[in-house]
Amino acid sequence: MRRAALIALPYMWLLALFFVPFLIVLKISLSDTALAIPPYTPTLDLSRGWEGFTEWWAALDFENFVFLTTDSLYWKAYLSSLQIAVISTLLTLAVGYPIAYAMSRAPDEWRPTLLMLVILPFWTSFLIRVYAWKAILAQEGFLNQFLMVFGIEPLIILNTNTAVYIGIVYTYLPFMVLPLYAALEKLDDSLLEAAEDLGCSRMKAFWLITIPLSKQGIIAGSFLVFIPVMGEFVIPTLLGGSDTLMIGKVLWEEFFSNRDWPVASAVAIILLAILIVPIVLFIKNEEKQWESEI
Amino acid sequence: MAEKPRKPSQVIYAPWEDPQAVPLIEFRGVTKKFGEFVAIDDLTLDIYEREFFALLGPSGCGKTTMMRMLAGFERPSVGSIMLGGQDLGGVPPNERPVNMMFQSYALFPHLSVWDNIAFGLKRDKLPKDRIAARVEEMLRLTRLEKFAKRKPHQISGGQRQRVALARSLAKAPKLLLLDEPLGALDRKLREETQFELMDIQEKTGTTFVIVTHDQEEAMTVASRIAVMDHGKVIQVDTPARVYEAPNSVYVADFIGDVNLLEGQFRRTGPERGEIRYSDQEPPVTAEVFEDIAEGQTVNYAIRPEKIRVSAERPDDRVNAAHGKIIDIGYLGNVSTYHVELAGGQMVKAAMTNSTRLDRRDFTWDDEVWLSWRETAGVVLTK
Repeated sequence: MRRAALIALPYMWLLALFFVPFLIVLKISLSDTALAIPPYTPTLDLSRGWEGFTEWWAALDFENFVFLTTDSLYWKAYLSSLQIAVISTLLTLAVGYPIAYAMSRAPDEWRPTLLMLVILPFWTSFLIRVYAWKAILAQEGFLNQFLMVFGIEPLIILNTNTAVYIGIVYTYLPFMVLPLYAALEKLDDSLLEAAEDLGCSRMKAFWLITIPLSKQGIIAGSFLVFIPVMGEFVIPTLLGGSDTLMIGKVLWEEFFSNRDWPVASAVAIILLAILIVPIVLFIKNEEKQWESEI
Repeated sequence: MAEKPRKPSQVIYAPWEDPQAVPLIEFRGVTKKFGEFVAIDDLTLDIYEREFFALLGPSGCGKTTMMRMLAGFERPSVGSIMLGGQDLGGVPPNERPVNMMFQSYALFPHLSVWDNIAFGLKRDKLPKDRIAARVEEMLRLTRLEKFAKRKPHQISGGQRQRVALARSLAKAPKLLLLDEPLGALDRKLREETQFELMDIQEKTGTTFVIVTHDQEEAMTVASRIAVMDHGKVIQVDTPARVYEAPNSVYVADFIGDVNLLEGQFRRTGPERGEIRYSDQEPPVTAEVFEDIAEGQTVNYAIRPEKIRVSAERPDDRVNAAHGKIIDIGYLGNVSTYHVELAGGQMVKAAMTNSTRLDRRDFTWDDEVWLSWRETAGVVLTK
């Protein structure tokens, strides 16, 4: 009985904070937009009983989803988001791996401090940090002022995709570094010595032993970056330009500029459907890791 | 009974006694420092081909550092190490004809048993069929055929140990290093594996250097033992010589059980001397081959099993002492009697339990005689 109650707790949590909101969004995505509060029809009127329910049910349709396929903006935004998410995941991995590797090889007494430094940026507001990048990357920003000292022409970075990538890599780096560090820290030095002893150069030992043994960390870190970047809205809005197309931005505009809740909900539902595949893969990976550790 | 003529194959293997023999490994004045700490102190040592050489000592004595220098993971601060006449100085670990079996086994967890064994062979870029043949051979040698496809975490500790051995032998190294290879196994399995190791060493003809802190293990497997302490080799000898003729109190005490009787030395004949260790007992008569100054304080070391316990003073033994049994350690096959002599010294004597326990001759507080021959112990000056 106590066990059942204990297990019920997380399920109740998921039900109340994930499944019910999901159903509401799903319902809105099947509704029509209206000048009303809330800005869509139909709304369920329970006072009319069964008749009210059937009428409400009959009014739901897939019109909004059909609409999404007719306007190329939407699928282009999805594809562009996917591209940005994939590229920035790879960039974050490329930057994060050496950091995590150096941390895991650092002397024992340094590791807590280094770990702290990775987590430290979380202590200030994410928005302030992204605005700080605006100040750095702007045409008369710190970076260009610095380059001018050496007589280098100012670079146009702000309001381009490059700025978006810089912002994403910077923001999501800890999510990549921490799982990588966790995997690399467990790596037994004697495995690398054994590989060397059996005829590997240092480089080869890294490819044959270190990389495969940190695979779980690479996968976990990549998903932790990829999944939220896919729906990222703040970074492309603040750092990106007019040609930076991301589905998070489209969603925001549908919701707040157009006040078209049903279309915005449909966009969100499709985004969720796209993300379910990597989320399931991520959970599978976590399970596998857990199994291999017992 | 006439002595059986020795078969030609039974020639005693003892290259260290042959001045013509060329050693496989030579440590020449090797010193290794870690910062201020001296791990190996001016060490010179020869190891011969096909030897099963044991480095024995307490933890921190430098035995692992010696092994890691042979493998190439550490470099001597001073001196050189030669392997088959070649200076190993600048040779990195991956280019040495030396393989190592790690204490933790260091099996690659993401590779199967088969791939672990094949790992070193693949680095040599051998053709696939040669690799497969060699891996199969190693699997047969270590009786692991059935486990080839398993991952290291799916097999038992004993099997893992054999995979580690197979992997380190696969490349047919000139020298195999074993770092506490049996430390993780339980006693029964460890004893079995010791004989397996000796068997494999003989079959492959590889030179083995084993690091261990377990003196029984070293005694069982090794052709010679180097007893180490604080970065120095104290004695290098066959197991029997190390046990029966230790060169110092440290070695006598480290290997097996020993009684040490301290006293003044007096020469009584060309190869005879006596040690007065107590006012109440007659001095011990012993064989002495080295020059010892009159009146020098020496230690007389005698193993418990060389001492006989009896109710009467025996006539056939030169040395005897009278005392009282304080404690009896019953080990099943052997009983150790702790006897207090009149002068207060405690002497341990081990007797085989040839009769059953209820028929034992002595019990606590019995007055007994301890006796031993003049050749039973050794006189130690350091």
